Amino acid sequence: MSESAELRKTPLNEVHRATGARMVDFGGWDMPVQYSGILDEHNAVRTAVGLFDVSHMGEIEVRGPEALALIQFVTTNNAARLQRGQVQYSGLLYEHGGFVDDILVHKVNDDEFFICVNASNQDKDFEHIRSHNRWNCTVENAGSRYAQLAIQGPRALATLQKLTRVDLSAIRYYWFTDGEVSSEPARIARTGYTGEDGFEIYVTPERAVARWHELIDAGRENGIKPIGLGARNTLRLEAKMALYGHEIDASITPLEADLAWIVKFDKGEFTGKAALERQQSEGVKRKLVGFEMRGRGIARDGYEVRLNGSPAGWVTSGGPAPALNRNIGLCYLPAEHARAGVAIDILVRNQPVEAVTVPTPFYKRAR
Amino acid sequence: MNYPDNFRYTKEHEWVSVDGDVGTVGITSHAQSELGDIVYVDLPAPGTAMKAGDTLGSVESVKAVSDIYSPISGEVLEVNDTLKDAPEKLNEDPHGTAWLVKIRLTTPSEMNGLMDSAGYLAYVGT
Repeated sequence: MSESAELRKTPLNEVHRATGARMVDFGGWDMPVQYSGILDEHNAVRTAVGLFDVSHMGEIEVRGPEALALIQFVTTNNAARLQRGQVQYSGLLYEHGGFVDDILVHKVNDDEFFICVNASNQDKDFEHIRSHNRWNCTVENAGSRYAQLAIQGPRALATLQKLTRVDLSAIRYYWFTDGEVSSEPARIARTGYTGEDGFEIYVTPERAVARWHELIDAGRENGIKPIGLGARNTLRLEAKMALYGHEIDASITPLEADLAWIVKFDKGEFTGKAALERQQSEGVKRKLVGFEMRGRGIARDGYEVRLNGSPAGWVTSGGPAPALNRNIGLCYLPAEHARAGVAIDILVRNQPVEAVTVPTPFYKRAR
Repeated sequence: MNYPDNFRYTKEHEWVSVDGDVGTVGITSHAQSELGDIVYVDLPAPGTAMKAGDTLGSVESVKAVSDIYSPISGEVLEVNDTLKDAPEKLNEDPHGTAWLVKIRLTTPSEMNGLMDSAGYLAYVGT
């Protein structure tokens, strides 16, 4: 049992075990993969509300008079356009244009940015940002100072509103406010990784268990359920949100990953810019595209994709789409074929199974 | 969940129940619980010849795919087609209506190498 002793734990680890969650090693973290069942949890988020412990996610804080200059240099999106209290999806790139990570940049103040990063990348991200710090900023790897809870689903606002005096309806999508939950400090962001409306709140680790129980109680009349990483993955896949290590990694650029929209070439210099400009002028050779299965079978990560019988790409994420009752996936294909309506085969356990590329996202919530 | 005494069990979490020279094969309740929500079942065509340990088919949960191995040698006589449209039955009734295949045994002595219910329950640690 020495291996499990080395796994990192969130402040809610005991709560998950007491709730009967099935735990897995997720990038070195002991995390709940499911509680009541992935389909049941997925459905709860699509139709009611779900509560996620995402305290394994990392937080990096950048402070100083020239904080914006450092943020601009290490990220692809244009952080100069952020107002105080606004959030932006962005990329951290290597010089060769591949992803260090995908991140959420929160502008706290002109001289302070708060970055939410992937759990297993946080130390690498921190070193990457620090190595480019020519502006004498304070860069802090602050993950241990925050627990993060996500409240997601059509009843998320009604649930969280019972615990705060902050007018949640006034927080727009991809904005945040520093307020309180249960009269204790909380950063409340209207962000998420599910394709539903919802909030991600950042609180002190010592109060994470109290907040969790309060949210479960507050959400009871709304049908709240705790949600594990299994449903988090099916939810984000239906919404076509990238997962590091699948759609994106060090060998993939944003132009390939259908994330050109987070690359702002006109904002000035940034790491990876030259490589992306070169790729754009030479032409992007492979692109990410969604597909759904036509034949019987489920595509899984890593499966080969064939065009007219020849190997042409690979599946980055695949599985059932519970809200759509279809089997879906994302894959890389030669750019000229990466559009909707192309017949492909997925090699499912050595058997080609028919599929067709489709527009994404697969799921879009009604507004 | 009831683990019938007349079943025999494998380390790969299949069960087999023999009536005459026909063995009915399924996956155990422990297996379905570990897999989670089962959304797809792939089974062989009737007439397929199986050796003990051959891949009989696969079951897929929302998260992952798992092979099923034939606990016994023989010819596949019948396949439970109801699972094609209702794979969730494997979560609900794995030791009963959600059997996978019926196989005509060619080597009944193979049954002696499988675990009884007490042995299997000890093996999975319940």
